[in-house]
Amino acid sequence: MINTTVERSRVPLTKEDFVSDQMVKWCPGCGAHAILASVANVFPKIGYRKENFMFVSGIGCSSRFPYYVNTYGIHGIHGRAAAIASGVKIANPHLSVWVITGDGDSMAIGGNHFIHVIRRNIDMNIMLFNNQIYGLTKGQYSPTTPMGSITKTSPQGTIEHPFNAGELVLGAQGTFFARVADTNPKLMTEVMFEAAKHDGTSVVEILENCVIYADKSHEVVTSKELRDDHQLILKNGDPMIFGKERNKGIRLTREGLEVVTLGKDGITEHDLLVHDQYSQDPGIHLMLAKMYPPAFPVALGVIRSAMYPTYDDLVEAQITYARENEKIKCVDDLLNSGEVWEI
Amino acid sequence: MSKKQKLVELEDAVIRFSGDSGDGMQLTGTLFSDTAAVDGNDLATFPDYPAEIRAPQNTIAGVSGFQVRMGKSKIYSIGDFCDVLVAMNPASLKSNLKWAKPGATIIVDADSFDQKAIEKAGYITNPLDDTSLQKYNLIAAPITSLTRDSVKNKDVDNKTAVRSKNMFVLGILYYLFNKKLDNTLKFFNVKFKNKPVIAEINKIVLKTGYNYAETAELFKSTFIVPPANLLKGKYRNISGNIATAWGLLAASERSGRPLFLGSYPITPATEILIEMARHKSLGAKVFQAEDEIAGICSAIGASYTGSLAVTTTSGPGLSLKSEAIGLAVITELPLVIVNVQRGGPSTGLPTKSEQADLYQALFGRNGECPLIVIAANSPADCFYFAYMAAKYSMEHMTPVILLTDGNLGNGSELMRVPEVSELPPINPPLARPNDKDYKPYLRDERLVRKWALPGTEGLRHRIGGLEKENIKGNVSSDPVNHQVMTDLRAAKVQKVADYIPLLEIMGEQEGDLLVVSWGSTYGVIMSAVKEMQKQGKSVSHAHFSYIMPLPKNTGDVFSKFKKIIVCELNSGQFVNYLRMRHPEKQYLQFNKVQCLPFQIEELTAKFKEVMEVIS
Repeated sequence: MINTTVERSRVPLTKEDFVSDQMVKWCPGCGAHAILASVANVFPKIGYRKENFMFVSGIGCSSRFPYYVNTYGIHGIHGRAAAIASGVKIANPHLSVWVITGDGDSMAIGGNHFIHVIRRNIDMNIMLFNNQIYGLTKGQYSPTTPMGSITKTSPQGTIEHPFNAGELVLGAQGTFFARVADTNPKLMTEVMFEAAKHDGTSVVEILENCVIYADKSHEVVTSKELRDDHQLILKNGDPMIFGKERNKGIRLTREGLEVVTLGKDGITEHDLLVHDQYSQDPGIHLMLAKMYPPAFPVALGVIRSAMYPTYDDLVEAQITYARENEKIKCVDDLLNSGEVWEI
Repeated sequence: MSKKQKLVELEDAVIRFSGDSGDGMQLTGTLFSDTAAVDGNDLATFPDYPAEIRAPQNTIAGVSGFQVRMGKSKIYSIGDFCDVLVAMNPASLKSNLKWAKPGATIIVDADSFDQKAIEKAGYITNPLDDTSLQKYNLIAAPITSLTRDSVKNKDVDNKTAVRSKNMFVLGILYYLFNKKLDNTLKFFNVKFKNKPVIAEINKIVLKTGYNYAETAELFKSTFIVPPANLLKGKYRNISGNIATAWGLLAASERSGRPLFLGSYPITPATEILIEMARHKSLGAKVFQAEDEIAGICSAIGASYTGSLAVTTTSGPGLSLKSEAIGLAVITELPLVIVNVQRGGPSTGLPTKSEQADLYQALFGRNGECPLIVIAANSPADCFYFAYMAAKYSMEHMTPVILLTDGNLGNGSELMRVPEVSELPPINPPLARPNDKDYKPYLRDERLVRKWALPGTEGLRHRIGGLEKENIKGNVSSDPVNHQVMTDLRAAKVQKVADYIPLLEIMGEQEGDLLVVSWGSTYGVIMSAVKEMQKQGKSVSHAHFSYIMPLPKNTGDVFSKFKKIIVCELNSGQFVNYLRMRHPEKQYLQFNKVQCLPFQIEELTAKFKEVMEVIS
């Protein structure tokens, strides 16, 4: 059950309630199809009135998303989805606001809005489709493209350090960060539900495959051969175990995180880190978000989900306080406040 | 009652306070204005301050000024030159003397005219000792030392004591204009409620200044400006920025649409944001965004949800908002964009004023991107025009750019206090729940689409920045549809002309010369035209507040005059727009881009010059 100001549906909903009549125009094989399916699956479970869902997007392949779901929605301008969504949520806190953005939209042109919405902790769910490339403009490198990648605008390889979305979110004092791959619809649905449940800005980074311009860029995480050894699927309260044989784990040492093998050198489950997604301190969350193969597996699932007051709740609280305590109750009071005299 | 010198009655008086940035001239001028207003004078004020908060002491760069004009009849402008100049240091005398009328009373703090300060101001010899001020009535009083002496028995340090020297001057001014001290004494009680010592110091210094003027017999005569014969009613003094904020709040209340303001601080528009943030009790949601773009984008989001959405800015900020304005145009959402114009381009002259953002307001976007442009006329009028901007925006589902400027925003005048119920009603075209016929881009007879708010049953829909299919609102790149939508967007804005007031002519309805103006130059141009009319010249005045679309009778009005001269504080943006819209007419133009208001004198001289050619 989600506690929220958003009104719940009185009738059970199905995924058909959220399918729009528009033709989905993403490339065949694009990871976005799986994300769309997960949203359609999770929305009925979230249980809000279908009129209270609202999508906002920026520009890019991912940002066509609002046209493909039957909710209220704005397809905005490049990079500004978080800013538009901020206005939506502050103006009407009774909406469940979902932002659809890409790696370029959120972290290049929209980087400023991205960090500030996170800092303010406005209650919205940001689905960050990270395909490590500019797809809609046909294959230029993005802020998350790995260094050295050959793209249309980096024929000799990129010479920029990429952002790690999780590091950026936590650096901006994010209260919720999760990571999933588009190849795991079940985890995607679970994480989206968790994001909806979280009060505040929830960022879900979805490792999405662009079949045309950056095919297999997440292969090191998602390929059948590597995924078991390169994915750590976090579960709150559970020790961090991964690997094909479920015999590897993450341990915290004086030097930081370490991959250990269970049964080797006397190591047992009790030596492993136990995931606490609700911890206020983001220290371990940050270490988890930064893990990357080959030295470490990539952390998937909810990495951080900490309770902090939301901006939108504080706005309402200030307005309620002002309404109860201020002398000026209407504009006529305002016009007649201060020095006013009769002639 | 003390013995009074000769009492001279004046029609109006212009007083200019000037001093170092830290001398408190803005406050002194404001307090004087408030007292004049309570006395029933009509008035206009104009602050003239530098961009730096505290420029180096005693330099010309650091001079801060405040001009007030009070009168016994309607005041339309702040006046070209002043009757009284207060100069708290040599630099302020040096930079403001040019604004003094011949024979003006000049009050200076003699203590501040030491050798160093005199040199810093760029004087070679002490202007108080040489003959340079001979044609003025110079009052050189040791204001700093008299201030210090007046509170020497009080438990305050020297710095605190001296800081209140502006109140000493105010006391002198109150004596000179036969004003009572009550209003200002009351102000100290409120302002320094928690600092009774400071309140007392200020009171003592104010009274000492007043008494000093009397006992030292500083003036041969004192003045009285009788109360103005204003319409009966309640009055208050208000600045343009505050009036703008209040007009928007009134529109929110009257329309039932909650107010959302998304803005980023920028001179000289910040005060609207500050003022709005004070009124949460009226339900105003104020979002100080991370930048100008987030300001407008958050407002667009709020507008979609059914708020009266507003973003406030100044020139450079409007540039940053351009793309998002396009989004509001294509999504046909209501949005009020207030641009308090300042000197440009780029950062330009942030604290100074001009009318040079008209092109930007009309044309500064990609694609065919029409919207309503309205310009306010005077500080108090900002209330009404902000209200009307909100009304037209919501009723016609379109963004509106409201142009004010630094002079309007910071300037103040008397406002007759309206009642919200007497303002025109605002009826936003809200879509009804479960309306079977609802289509996002289905239009009524005014070509206006419906406002369907998230949360409403049966109206789920998507809009966005991609071209929309007529009526249904789906994404469309069909060439014919694009033409249709482009034409519809333009026609919708043009149709607003059916709802705005017709252009009025001040003076004879036909004649030799029609003087055309727009925005904040209203008062001074009106005064100049009246001056010409007094001299029997065939001159009339037409002032534009509605710029896009233009009033429907614009062409008719223009056809009644032999010559038309368009006066504006830019290089000719409005006149060129008129040339585009009404090419059948010939236009003369008079322009000034000095970040200074027009002066009546230069206007009448120009009018005479062009009229000589007529006769």
